[in-house]
Amino acid sequence: MARVLAFAGQAAVYALTAAVLGYFATDPAYAPFPADKAEIVLSFSHLGQRKEACRKLTREEIAELAANMRRGEICPRERVPVAVELELSGTLLYRAELPPTGLARDGGAQAYERFVVAPGAHKVVARLRDSAADFGFDYEAAADVALAAGERFVIDFRPEFGGFLFDAGRAGAGGS
Amino acid sequence: MARRGLAAAFQWTEARLDAAFGARHNPLHQLGALGFFYYWVVAVTGIYLYVFFDTGTTEAYDSVEYLTVEQWYLGGVMRSLHRYASDGMVLMMAVHIVREFAFGRFRGPRWFTWTTGVPVAGFVLAAGITGYWLVWDTLAQYVAIATSEWFDWLGIFGERIARNFLTPASLDDRFFTLLMFIHIVVPLFLLLVLWIHLLRVTRPAINPSRGLAAGTFVMLLALSLAKPAVSHPPADLALVPTALQLDWFYLFPYPLMDATSYGAVWGMTLCVTVVLVALPWLPPRWRAAPAVVHLESCNGCARCADDCPYEAITMRPRSDNLPFEREAAVDPALCTACGICAGACPTAMPFRRRSALVPGIELPDLTIDDLRARCAAASAALPATGKREPRILVFGCRHGAPVEGLASSGDGGVAVVTQPCTAGIPPSFVDYALSRGLADGVVVAGCAEGDCEYRFGPDWTDQRFARRRDPYLRTRVPRDRLAVVWTADGKALRRAVADLKARLADMTTDAPGGDARGAVGGDAPAVAAAASSGPHG
Repeated sequence: MARVLAFAGQAAVYALTAAVLGYFATDPAYAPFPADKAEIVLSFSHLGQRKEACRKLTREEIAELAANMRRGEICPRERVPVAVELELSGTLLYRAELPPTGLARDGGAQAYERFVVAPGAHKVVARLRDSAADFGFDYEAAADVALAAGERFVIDFRPEFGGFLFDAGRAGAGGS
Repeated sequence: MARRGLAAAFQWTEARLDAAFGARHNPLHQLGALGFFYYWVVAVTGIYLYVFFDTGTTEAYDSVEYLTVEQWYLGGVMRSLHRYASDGMVLMMAVHIVREFAFGRFRGPRWFTWTTGVPVAGFVLAAGITGYWLVWDTLAQYVAIATSEWFDWLGIFGERIARNFLTPASLDDRFFTLLMFIHIVVPLFLLLVLWIHLLRVTRPAINPSRGLAAGTFVMLLALSLAKPAVSHPPADLALVPTALQLDWFYLFPYPLMDATSYGAVWGMTLCVTVVLVALPWLPPRWRAAPAVVHLESCNGCARCADDCPYEAITMRPRSDNLPFEREAAVDPALCTACGICAGACPTAMPFRRRSALVPGIELPDLTIDDLRARCAAASAALPATGKREPRILVFGCRHGAPVEGLASSGDGGVAVVTQPCTAGIPPSFVDYALSRGLADGVVVAGCAEGDCEYRFGPDWTDQRFARRRDPYLRTRVPRDRLAVVWTADGKALRRAVADLKARLADMTTDAPGGDARGAVGGDAPAVAAAASSGPHG
């Protein structure tokens, strides 16, 4: 009898372990994002223009440089911050001035923002300034999009492709 | 207080599992070994899955689907075993950590094993999480983006890692090659860290008993067949994952990130890591003094070094003029002050009369001379000899079933002498107690088998009593007057004491008026003499 009870005890322990492993391997279910919403992701890595323009070196300045370092002009490394704005159906969703990265502040400004929005038809307007100007924008793009629930709409910025890139296969890119 | 409560809960559970599995196969006594077993199941099944896994943004998912659906009878089972064994590893690790914490096995010289266990947890989680990326379903998509954003929060990367998951075009097939490489290398590093984790543990138990291994594997197999691991829909970066069947063993930090913030989870990770690493040095301080070697008594026999569970004793060339080749040397940084070395020392002989009782090695705070004195004092507290009630001397350890209460339980015939570990009591003390009439019977009580606080207490004691390990218990010791009980259960201990008493009482009835060694209540003057002269030898 004791042996039978011992085996029953072992079976119970194995069954409990299997139940714990089996249950928590998948449950309880988790909803990381509301099923009745859509998401807009604004992300880019963009180098602002130089804070100070390049200038020609004088003959004396060139002479002071080591022989292997001599060149005709010098370009200060620091970049200006990149200003960005995102508007959704006339409502300002995001506005920021993104500093250059790096210890010498000579790296690209980084943006990565996620917005939970209501699905439906929206007009998306994105603006960006990467020059030393104090106001106005160097790039602007707009698109009419129809977002379904659970959809992810990505806005990137690639000056080599003309500026803002809205999701491929959706609205086109544009800039001004 | 919470730690004591946890320890009590573990002891209660382990006592029940001892009954079901037997102490030698109790899974709670083999958590580390079971963790290793799960690791090997993960490794073997992982090799099989690797053969069929294809690295590519669409091929990864397709190859896993092929294994799961078309080759369900083998590939699918392998995948399920891979998952559940990985989860089992986390479960074993978590319980192992809590249990070692509950029993306070992180202080003093154990700091090294405890501290090197902390990165093990990190490596296990990293290995599992990268595994989930490889499937490249919506769960992988969620985990990949959240992990990237979590690391991006640190702001130490030039370009944000999460940008790799903006659009399908951002992803390259070679990304999966890199992931696969990480998923293989991290577990290999884990093995290296586990090796370091066990460096200071003598004869580490890295394999569970066969019965337990077989039972565990059957359990995993049954679970794999009953609930096979399946994928979510394929990843689609144009959609946001909204409903996920999360593996909570590995992915519990992600809901935490969503509920709080990436910074908060970094903060928690840092705090938990710092607290775990610092735990061995937090109050109360470890105060046990390490063992000391008395060279004048040490003959270099190396029994102490053989029996030390923590490799704290090494044998080195003789540094004095005594005619022996070697001498024992204790590394205080490794010594847990269990006293097993003193129990192994053949010079720890309580019968010694003409010289001071100074063995080759002993604990300075619990000397062998002091042990002999405590035996005598305990015996003196027992009822006078000649009474009908048998007198029992219990040699107990401080980590098994509580022995202290036995003497004050109103049961007048029981006296208790404790040491940190029963293997720290030389077998000659049992002989001494019985042959000198300090008691009519001796109970040796210690931790449950397979769960010794100092790892080998019951093993070494059993082997010494069975004359299979030096120092032997002498053949003249009447075995029917000796009871050995390995349990954390106070009731089982009291039962063992009562059984021995009953046996001794029966012997009295059978052999009235026998001599002091053969019967209870015999030669009273001889017993009295032994009790008074004992401590002074």
